[in-house]
Amino acid sequence: MTFKTVVLGAVAALMTSTAAMAEEMKMAVTTSFANSGLADVLLPEIKEDTGIEVQLLIVGTGQALALGAAGDVDAVLVHSKAAEEKWLAAGNGTHRTEIMYNDFVFVGPQADPAEAGAAEAATGALQAIAGAEAPFVSRGDDSGTHKMELRLWKAADVTPEGDWYKAVGQGMGAALNTASGMNAYIMSDRASWLKFANKGDLGIVFEGDPVLFNQYAYLPVNPEKHPHVKTDLVNQLEAWLLSDEAAELINAYTIEGQQLFVYNAGE
Amino acid sequence: MWQAARLVATFDPDLVEITALSLRVSLGATVIASLIGLPLGAWLAVNRFPARRFVIAILNALMGLPPVVVGLMVYMLFSRSGPFGVLGLLFTPTAMVIAQVIIITPIIASVAHQAIRELWADYHDLLISLQATRLQRIKTLLWDGRRALMTASLAGFGRAIGEVGAIMIVGGNIDHATRVLTTAIALETGKGEFDMALALGFVLIGLAILVNLGLHFISRTERGARW
Repeated sequence: MTFKTVVLGAVAALMTSTAAMAEEMKMAVTTSFANSGLADVLLPEIKEDTGIEVQLLIVGTGQALALGAAGDVDAVLVHSKAAEEKWLAAGNGTHRTEIMYNDFVFVGPQADPAEAGAAEAATGALQAIAGAEAPFVSRGDDSGTHKMELRLWKAADVTPEGDWYKAVGQGMGAALNTASGMNAYIMSDRASWLKFANKGDLGIVFEGDPVLFNQYAYLPVNPEKHPHVKTDLVNQLEAWLLSDEAAELINAYTIEGQQLFVYNAGE
Repeated sequence: MWQAARLVATFDPDLVEITALSLRVSLGATVIASLIGLPLGAWLAVNRFPARRFVIAILNALMGLPPVVVGLMVYMLFSRSGPFGVLGLLFTPTAMVIAQVIIITPIIASVAHQAIRELWADYHDLLISLQATRLQRIKTLLWDGRRALMTASLAGFGRAIGEVGAIMIVGGNIDHATRVLTTAIALETGKGEFDMALALGFVLIGLAILVNLGLHFISRTERGARW
């Protein structure tokens, strides 16, 4: 083995490793998306079809958008329309593509002491909980779920405060653990709840109000602001997410026989 | 416990991967922090200068640095929008090592300083009468105090291997890239999968014990040949 072959070998190895590196992209996603288990279904298919290895950063919507604004990820997949539009208006991303939605449910003690389950609408359920001053755990972390919860309190015309209202400032899983430990009410996305393994005495007490629908959107980071983002891969991934295959996989994903996400891109 | 045993016994490939990365990051950080902290501790022990007490007090206080704060600082430095963003180090094991070096260097330096100071009290007259230079003094003290210094490094390693706040932020807990034992435990806890989280916890404890036993074994054989 001469010096030359060693150098050539090293160069070749470097080139192949950078070629492999080029197929990786980073996407910030919400905890609810990752905890649902859908990522475990989609990512291997994405890799097989496009060769892209999508590395997920699992954070709240607030942090996901902050990572995108700083250029630390190539795209974000989150669910908080108002925050997304503000983020786009600030020049952080190129556009917003709606992909799918899931829904939120109110989880609480199965005996339902506040009788939230008897309410007609989501706002009514919240009024019942607040009226009974039943313990309620809030994410309190500026995530998409938290923002949705705050909008609903506002719509219900209730200012949630007092000993019964506990803002834990943590992710969905940690908040569910707290609610389970305190036998409290909590708002959760359906996927996280179904996948959650420490349910204790809790169960779904209220569901089905259309205001609880939760739209997920895909937002590429603006390459004019951050030239290093992998726009090619970001576009390929978007094309895949808009494909029939993605639609079928997402609609077919179930836990305990329940469909979790409804594909609605291009509608 | 059984789940931990089963994971280890079957050499679960994911477990092997995250365990190897845990070791790589925390051992790497310990080596680098020791290279900085041990000489720093010794230097502080043998030198007298006006701000010495102040520097030692700061060093001791830094032992209590909240990892989340360190993580956030390293994140801001290495973010694409930060001063070192062009290096593209964020969300890599390198960034995790850097954060852990910052967290454990004060611990290693403080413990080393305490150990060397006591040794220095014994050696002071001898080294002064031999007219050893400052560098020679530090070298002698570091070498003769090496067993106590190993404890300093192990204290640092212990904090590093069990640390989650900083590496969660700068590593991002990316599957097959920056996931380590502690961040995996946090993730499983978040899913409510307490059995799995606990199993990983047992693996982590076992790993820490193995590393400590291994180092003590090495140092003892060395001592037999030396003394």
